[in-house]
Amino acid sequence: MRDLAIIGGGPAGMSAAISAYERGIKDVVILERDEHLGGILQQCIHNGFGLHRFNEELTGPEYAERYAKKVMEYGIEVKLNTMVLDVSADKTVTATNEEDGIFSIKAKAIILAMGCRERSKGALNIAGYRPSGIYSAGTAQKLVNMKGYMPGKNVVILGSGDIGLIMARRMTLEGAKVKAVCEIMPYSGGLARNIEQCLNDFDIPLKLSHTVVKIDGKGRLCGVTIAQVDENRKPMPETYEYVECDTLLLSVGLIPENELSKGADISLDKITGGAVVDQNRETSVEGIFACGNVLHVHDLVDFVSEEAEIAGVAAADYIMNNNVEKTAVSIETDGKIRYSVPQKITEKKDVKIYFRASGVFNNVRINVKSNGNVVFSKKKQKITPGEMESIKLKADVFNDAKTLYLELEELL
Amino acid sequence: MTRILTCICCPIGCNIKVELDERRISAISGNGCARGKEYANSECTNPVRNVTSTVITKKGIPLSVKTDRPIPKERMFECVKIINKIVAETPVKTGDIIAENVFGSNIVATKSMD
Repeated sequence: MRDLAIIGGGPAGMSAAISAYERGIKDVVILERDEHLGGILQQCIHNGFGLHRFNEELTGPEYAERYAKKVMEYGIEVKLNTMVLDVSADKTVTATNEEDGIFSIKAKAIILAMGCRERSKGALNIAGYRPSGIYSAGTAQKLVNMKGYMPGKNVVILGSGDIGLIMARRMTLEGAKVKAVCEIMPYSGGLARNIEQCLNDFDIPLKLSHTVVKIDGKGRLCGVTIAQVDENRKPMPETYEYVECDTLLLSVGLIPENELSKGADISLDKITGGAVVDQNRETSVEGIFACGNVLHVHDLVDFVSEEAEIAGVAAADYIMNNNVEKTAVSIETDGKIRYSVPQKITEKKDVKIYFRASGVFNNVRINVKSNGNVVFSKKKQKITPGEMESIKLKADVFNDAKTLYLELEELL
Repeated sequence: MTRILTCICCPIGCNIKVELDERRISAISGNGCARGKEYANSECTNPVRNVTSTVITKKGIPLSVKTDRPIPKERMFECVKIINKIVAETPVKTGDIIAENVFGSNIVATKSMD
């Protein structure tokens, strides 16, 4: 029997391991399917990571190295090239690698830190052939930054997620022509700074309320037909425009990778795609915790590390039996706030609630209501779906509360 | 003349309003912090950017690198061209200088490689 098994050696897994270790749990094993620690940070060679944690701008590999060094320094066991096949509700992890074959680890606690994957073309239902030259933005990023290949010369990007924006700049600097970034929504899914420094710096047009309706080309992509969409996101035929290109990058969202969680009968939130958790990031299965992008998709790795620390400390406390008496307060959201993490509170202590809006709202008040009374309120100039928000609640708001209701009030 | 800038210093992305008399800056507002003011100043006089890229190593594997300070914005393409001519030695450690004085900045490794 091991103390703590962590699935995934990216920023969430490493940070969770370190904080559990520092809390007093020394018997920790990290299972990672890639050949190195660091997860997706390894291919994110651009900078902008670590402003919150380290007060400086780091590149992805630099940010990852700081945590990997600590994991090594502590002598935490890391199993690389190891694919986890199954996690069961009795906290047995089944995994495989070349050295050990198929093996099982029974642990007192498990932290899920598997991250997320990109939505693929199959999820988009675009008409046309299936030529080569269509990549997810992250695949293109891996080819350029890790393998040294350029996926193409003339590029259209569908979706304005941050990875797509970053790749627009990267491929432009490497000599490609990025003709347009099409975003079906009337606002961008990426950070304002990335629109500025990745698109505006290079005069790459961002076409809001636009999508790709047709793919042209048999062997290799020859071009795409783009169109403006109406308020119901329906393409308008009179706006069809053919754009010649040999490459289409898709940056159309990320999906938490929860196949293993399903196997352990962990309750998932339909909106986040991740587990339903309490303030400790404990899932519906006692002793199994989740953190990072497997729980909900974050914009900043700094917040992933922060969340993983919460899970790491809580998992350590669980193993050492430092549990307190549990209460049950559920957190509900109005439609304007799409979701919150955590979704429930089981312990009356100060807690930070993360949430994301469903649209762009200007001049709002974030209200938290309990039994019809406003127990917390905060004004905000602007809220967009592309940027995660958070509020800090004091322990006393949970007094006499069964349900906390999070709402956005639009001010005139 | 008034220029509205989107600050790129952090993920908040403040909209900064800069009042310009001819080329002289007369007022800066909307910045959430001191870095934003510095950015607005630089953006209206001598815009600069950090560049991140990869160099090929003798092993044939790309190594991620960055400029250790921002370079003039209009030099970004030339900077990447210079970076692409470099063949780096291994082993290399994060922070090692790969090329010196490229438009006033050093190109440094952002990754360690055996």
